[in-house]
Amino acid sequence: MKILGLLSLLATHLSANSVNIEENAGQFFSSGHTNNWAVLVCTSRFWFNYRHVANTLSVYRSVKRLGIPDSHIVLMLADDMACNHRNPKPATVFSHKNMELNVYGDDVEVDYRGYEVTVENFLRVLTGRLPPSTPRSKRLLSDDRSNILIYLTGHGGNGFLKFQDSEEISNVELADAFQQMWQKRRYNELLFIIDTCQGASMYERFYSPNLMALASSQVGEDSLSHQPDLAIGVHLMDRYTFYLLEFLEDIHPASKSNMNDLFKVCPKSQCVSTPGHRTDLFLRDPGSALITDFFGSVRKVEITMETVNLTDPIEQVEQNFVNEDLQKESYSYVDQLPVSEIIHQTLAGEDAPGSIVAVGGNGLVMPPVFHFYFTVTRHDVATRQEEPD
Amino acid sequence: MATTEVERRRGQLAALSIAVVVIVVGVPLWWKTTETYRAWLPVSQINELSNLQLQLSADVEVVFARGTVTPEQQKKVPLTRTQDEEHSVDEDTALRYRYETRYRTATIMEEDALDQPTAAEADLSLHTLSECPCGSLVVYVIPESSSLLPQDVDVYIGQRRTALLRIGGQIRVGKTLDLLLAHLEPRIKQVLQVMSFSHTDITAALSDRVRLSPGNKESIADSMRTFKSSPGYEITFSLLNPDPKSHRLHWDIEGAVQTYIQPLLTKLASVANFSIDSQTLYYAMLGVNPRFDSSLGAYTLSPDSLAHMINPVEARLGSNAASSNPVLNFLLYVPDAQHSPLHIHDSKKQEVPTNAFHSPRWGGIMVYNVDGFYGPEAVFPVDLNINMAKVMGVFLAQLRLLLGVQSPNAPSGFLVAPCSRTGLADWELDRLMWSRSVENVATATTTITSLAQLLDQIGNIVINDNIAEQVSSAVTSLQLAVAELEAGNLRFALQYSKEAILASERAFFDPSLLHLLYFPDDQKFAIYIPLFLPMCVPILLSLLKIVSDARQKRREKQAKKD
Repeated sequence: MKILGLLSLLATHLSANSVNIEENAGQFFSSGHTNNWAVLVCTSRFWFNYRHVANTLSVYRSVKRLGIPDSHIVLMLADDMACNHRNPKPATVFSHKNMELNVYGDDVEVDYRGYEVTVENFLRVLTGRLPPSTPRSKRLLSDDRSNILIYLTGHGGNGFLKFQDSEEISNVELADAFQQMWQKRRYNELLFIIDTCQGASMYERFYSPNLMALASSQVGEDSLSHQPDLAIGVHLMDRYTFYLLEFLEDIHPASKSNMNDLFKVCPKSQCVSTPGHRTDLFLRDPGSALITDFFGSVRKVEITMETVNLTDPIEQVEQNFVNEDLQKESYSYVDQLPVSEIIHQTLAGEDAPGSIVAVGGNGLVMPPVFHFYFTVTRHDVATRQEEPD
Repeated sequence: MATTEVERRRGQLAALSIAVVVIVVGVPLWWKTTETYRAWLPVSQINELSNLQLQLSADVEVVFARGTVTPEQQKKVPLTRTQDEEHSVDEDTALRYRYETRYRTATIMEEDALDQPTAAEADLSLHTLSECPCGSLVVYVIPESSSLLPQDVDVYIGQRRTALLRIGGQIRVGKTLDLLLAHLEPRIKQVLQVMSFSHTDITAALSDRVRLSPGNKESIADSMRTFKSSPGYEITFSLLNPDPKSHRLHWDIEGAVQTYIQPLLTKLASVANFSIDSQTLYYAMLGVNPRFDSSLGAYTLSPDSLAHMINPVEARLGSNAASSNPVLNFLLYVPDAQHSPLHIHDSKKQEVPTNAFHSPRWGGIMVYNVDGFYGPEAVFPVDLNINMAKVMGVFLAQLRLLLGVQSPNAPSGFLVAPCSRTGLADWELDRLMWSRSVENVATATTTITSLAQLLDQIGNIVINDNIAEQVSSAVTSLQLAVAELEAGNLRFALQYSKEAILASERAFFDPSLLHLLYFPDDQKFAIYIPLFLPMCVPILLSLLKIVSDARQKRREKQAKKD
């Protein structure tokens, strides 16, 4: 009887487990990632580059809406547009004209701001070579099962991207940084999007596996901005990112759109420049890669089937209360200038002639005064000892 | 006439001496001052390590109980036997498994211990007799007629490092010793694969070195679920109370952690450091709307909606961690009064008994229903105590899964003892230590070899002394770890492998190794030309002039001779 019961338990347990694994494995098989990260970088400063900050913030907004938490996003903005004194609407950054959409909401968490956005810091974030004092929010703590989205925007040229108007990052450096990440298995798959002039030159030199790249314009073409807002006085967004944002607004966490739809965003008629993409290093078929694999964070879940049978009662944790009656020592500052002492001494020593001279510690005292010197100094020492109360 | 000659001679000497100074003193000085400091690295040893030959040794002691071998056979039982199994994983990695089997017969005290009515009690009394060292096993062979094990079960795996193996019906005691040993060998190997290491486990642990094509679905799911080896982990327990107006929840988390979780973590102390904290979150809603199922009278969550529950909560969890260690989150969600009771259903619309689910490499969530504890006439807010034993049972199971402690499905005919009160059997710890040691060794070797490659390729990177020191210490620790694995000293192997990983990571991620010194050739020319050209052009021209003068003089001399 016991044997039959044991047997049936074993059988159901085994069968339940095998079925569970099969359906979950189907999910697992498709993408092979368990978490998502995003590194969003705006590289240009000055008020007239408002559109680059708006670009980055709108991608940030989409990525957060689709589920990636702030702890997994590294947002680098090279200048502060929302609180810039030329901003007629402070604390806002708009992406649509007529101020339809404010992408700088209440919970924007900028990790690298202002002058912290440098080529060196960007490469340090990617390769992980940060000083040990760097907080967790400024690190890219990805592992071999992370899908990373990297978005760069700013002013660029053939083979370089300008940072902060004073330095540049070249496509060779970027490719080397990605190779370093691959060597240390810091990503499972990486999607690289760049919205600058001649953006396609930046992904020409990639050579690490599992990279997919999109750019807003080919070599020799300029990426153009979308529309100015007359009240704010600057161009609000770049064309490519504007249409990318429109495309992403239709994506929700359970959507099944794939990368081929993303490649169709912003054709030449809308964008004036020709967007390009590169998928030869990507091991999967781009049609099987979902948008939410990179832009969202869809978790894999498994139902917990087992439980451990715990029968011990909870032991009472010894309460180590801090000793309540601590010795309340009263502290006071030591007198820096013993003014009170001097005053008291002069008052006391008025009976003793020559005392003032003796306080100075002058060794050249006349023998007749010697006696007084000694009494005074002894008195001196005595008062000094009474000080620390 | 003579003065011009002297002048010219002086001019020539001046030009020559300048050229000599520039070449002899200037060029070496420029070379020395522009070279980067590169400390010496043990490159040859690193290249040796890139070709990894791992040997894993396991000791098995096979004890024959009374009734399995005849007295004459007892005298002829071989004392030890060594078996090697070679596997080549790829061109750089080879594995060898060595099994050292020792045979002996049971002592009187062991026979008494085996006389107990059930296998669990026999296991318990066997423990009191002898302590099995880490990394080895003892298998007791019991006769066919023994009543310790139920009918269809041939192997019982205990809580420490012992197993009870029943001789199959095919072998009669009267047969020869060789046949008996031959019959036992594959079954003992099966036991070893469950209790020590199997080829699939070890190849999965080598995944950092070797990107294998997917073996089978289970192993992929396993490798994706468990956290990678790390020197430390942070565990956070969170209580989510969306409805504090109705429920005032009390949970004795300190006591529960101390009683239920801490023993497991203490046992795992040799593998990693753990730090635990807990928090309570109020007004934390689910991201999904549960559907009301009128037939059950309860709200249900389908498995598809579970995936979307985690993200809205994760944004509010915050992290206490000052380190970069991976974080395991365990959430206890108590549904609000409007949506109680809340059950999780699996894909077959069956209620899940644990009412919990977990996400690979993240943590677990359990839904705890409290509607049964108060009636409709209760005064809100109701004070409720949470049954921590039940909650911690589920969290402990999830923790075991996420840390990789959970053993895979045992083959048929095996009966595994339920976990002890620490939540971890000794042989499970051994399994974890094997796979962690191999994983650490694999990761450290790839890190060191890729670092050496990088430093070799880019001649401009400065290699400081501390990096060279870390690399040397990593190489030494790796060599020691491989040697200890060969010898079978599991604890030392794990320790050395951990040291190797720490040193190699520190060397690889040193902030001074940033390659910002990329100089394309045209930039190099742009820097050097304005410096050297104005200096070199006059020297070169004057040297040329000297040479052409000398040649002219020689021609004149030749003409004069003729």
